[in-house]
Amino acid sequence: MAEDKIRESLLKESKASKREKHGKILSYSAIILIVVVVVSIFLFVATRGIATFTVNKGSIIDFFTKSQWNPGATDKGGHPLIGALPMIVGSFAVTVLSAIVATPFAIAAAIYMVEISPRRGYKILQPVIELLVGIPSVVYGFVGLSVVVPFIRNHFGGTGFGILAGTLVLFVMILPTATSMSVDALRAVPRYYREASLALGATRWQTIYKVVLRAAVPGIMTAVIFGMSRAFGEALAVQMVIGNATLLPQNLVSPASTLTSILTMGMGNSVMGSVSNNALWSLALLLLLMSLLFNILVHRISKKGALH
Amino acid sequence: MAMAMTKPTEQAAGTTTQPPIIDTEDVHLFYGSNEALKGISMSFKENEITALIGPSGCGKSTYLRTLNRMNDLIPNVTIKGKVDLKGQDIYASNMDTVRLRKEVGMVFQQPNPFPFSIYDNVTYGLRIAGVKDRGRLDEAVETALRQAAIWDELKDKLHQSAMALSGGQQQRVCIARVLAVKPDVILLDEPTSALDPISSSQIENMLVELKKNYTIILVTHNMAQASRISDRTAFFLQGHLIEYNDTKTIFLNPQKKETEDYISGRFG
Repeated sequence: MAEDKIRESLLKESKASKREKHGKILSYSAIILIVVVVVSIFLFVATRGIATFTVNKGSIIDFFTKSQWNPGATDKGGHPLIGALPMIVGSFAVTVLSAIVATPFAIAAAIYMVEISPRRGYKILQPVIELLVGIPSVVYGFVGLSVVVPFIRNHFGGTGFGILAGTLVLFVMILPTATSMSVDALRAVPRYYREASLALGATRWQTIYKVVLRAAVPGIMTAVIFGMSRAFGEALAVQMVIGNATLLPQNLVSPASTLTSILTMGMGNSVMGSVSNNALWSLALLLLLMSLLFNILVHRISKKGALH
Repeated sequence: MAMAMTKPTEQAAGTTTQPPIIDTEDVHLFYGSNEALKGISMSFKENEITALIGPSGCGKSTYLRTLNRMNDLIPNVTIKGKVDLKGQDIYASNMDTVRLRKEVGMVFQQPNPFPFSIYDNVTYGLRIAGVKDRGRLDEAVETALRQAAIWDELKDKLHQSAMALSGGQQQRVCIARVLAVKPDVILLDEPTSALDPISSSQIENMLVELKKNYTIILVTHNMAQASRISDRTAFFLQGHLIEYNDTKTIFLNPQKKETEDYISGRFG
C-alpha cells in the first residue's frame, strides 16, 4: 500500500517540472515566431525583388552596371531601365566616407574614456553619447538641411546637396555607436596586459598604442562595421540632404542618391506589382543582402578575435 | 657612484661587505587609510635569490610592487619611507619610472603574454625602447629564450601566437620578455603558483641559473620552493617584517616564534 503511494508520487509530474515544460513551450514558440517572421520577410522581399529580373525581363547586369534609372520606361530591346549603379555608388560612398571620418574620432574618444580619464570621461561623454543615440533621424536630417547644406553651398560650391552633406550627417549619426562599441572593446582588454607593458618600461602612450589598441583591433573593427551598417541603412536623414538625383556622382557636392533615399522617394508613387514597384523591391533586396553581409563580417571578426 | 669605488676592497673582504643593490628603510604603504606595510626596512644583495614568504594579505606582494613602483598604478596609494636602487632614491620626484622599470623587471602570478607572436612578446621591451635593427632583435630573442631555458622548445615557432603555449611555457616566455630588457633586478610575484609541478621545477632551475647575472626577489607561498632555491628568506606578517635571515637559519633555526609557527604549518 505504502509502496504504491510512493510509486504514484514519483511517477506523477511535479509542479516544478510542469512549470519547466510550460516555460520551454513558451520560449520555443517565441523563437519559432521570430524565425518565421524573419524568414517570411526575407522571402517576400526576395520574390518581389527577383520578379524584376524574371517577370519584367530586367537585366541583372544592367542593374549593377547601367546608370539610367527609369523603371517605368523600356529601352529599345524592351527591357526596363533599371540601372541602379548611381544609387549603389552613392550608398557605398556615404557609408565608407562617414566611417573613415568617424573612426578616428570614435577611437580617440574611447581612449580618453577608458585610458586617459576614466572617471571624467565617463561622466561627460557617456551622457553625450546616449543623447546622440536618442536623437531621431529626422532631426539630424533637418539640422543637415538647414545648417550643413547651406554651409557646403557657401564654402564648396554646388547646391550643397550631395555626398559630402550625406557624409557629414551620417558621421554624427554613427559616431555614438562606433564610440560606445570602441569603449567596450578597450574595456575588454585585460588589465594585466597594461601592467605587463608598464612593467617592461613602456610609457602610458606606448602601452595604449602598442598593446591595448592592438589587442582591441577585432572589437574596434566590429564597432566600425556596425557604424557602417547603420550608415548604409539610414534613409530619412540622408534623403533630406543628398539631393536624390539618380545620376552617377561626379564630385562630392553634386546631387546624388542612395538605395535608401530612392526607395523612400519612390514608395508612394508606384502600384504594387508594376515594374517600377518591383524595381524598388530589387533595391530593398540589395539592402537586405548588404546588411546580411555586414552581420556576417561582424561574426567572423568577433570569432577571430576570440581565438586570441 | 660609490659602488665603483668600493669594488676592490669588496673583493678582498668577500661578498659580505658588498653594498646592497636595493636598500629600503621604514617603508609604509597606505591603501586609503588602511596601512598595508608598517615600516619595512630590508636590503637585497646582488646575485642572490631572496624569497618573501608569509600568509595571504601579509603585505609581501605589496612590498614587492613598491620596488618598481607598480603600486603607483593603483589610486589612493600613499607610500612613505626610502627605497634606494644602487644608492638612488626611486621615489625621488625626478625619478623616471620608465627607466626604473627597465632596471627592475617584474614577472606576475598569472602568465600574461601579450596576444602577439612569441617573437613580438620577447622583443616588446626592446622595440618600445626604440631598437629596430632586425639582427639585434633576433639575437636578443635567442639569448633571452636560451636564458629562460625554452629556446629548444620554441625556436621553430617563434612567429606563432604566444597564447597557444602551455601555462608553463607562457610563464617562461614572460620571463624571457623581462630578460630581453636586461634588467639588474627581477621581481617575481608567485611565478609558479598557477603552474603544474614539472613546469614549476623547470622555472626554479632556471632562476638558480639566472642568479649568476641577476638579483632575484621572489614572493612565494610555497615554502619548499623558498627553501630549495633562495639564499635569504624574509618572513612577513600583517604588514611587518618579522624575520629576515639566511634561508637555512630561517628554516632550521628561526629566531622568532611567529616564524617557527608559520614554517611548521601552525597557521597561515
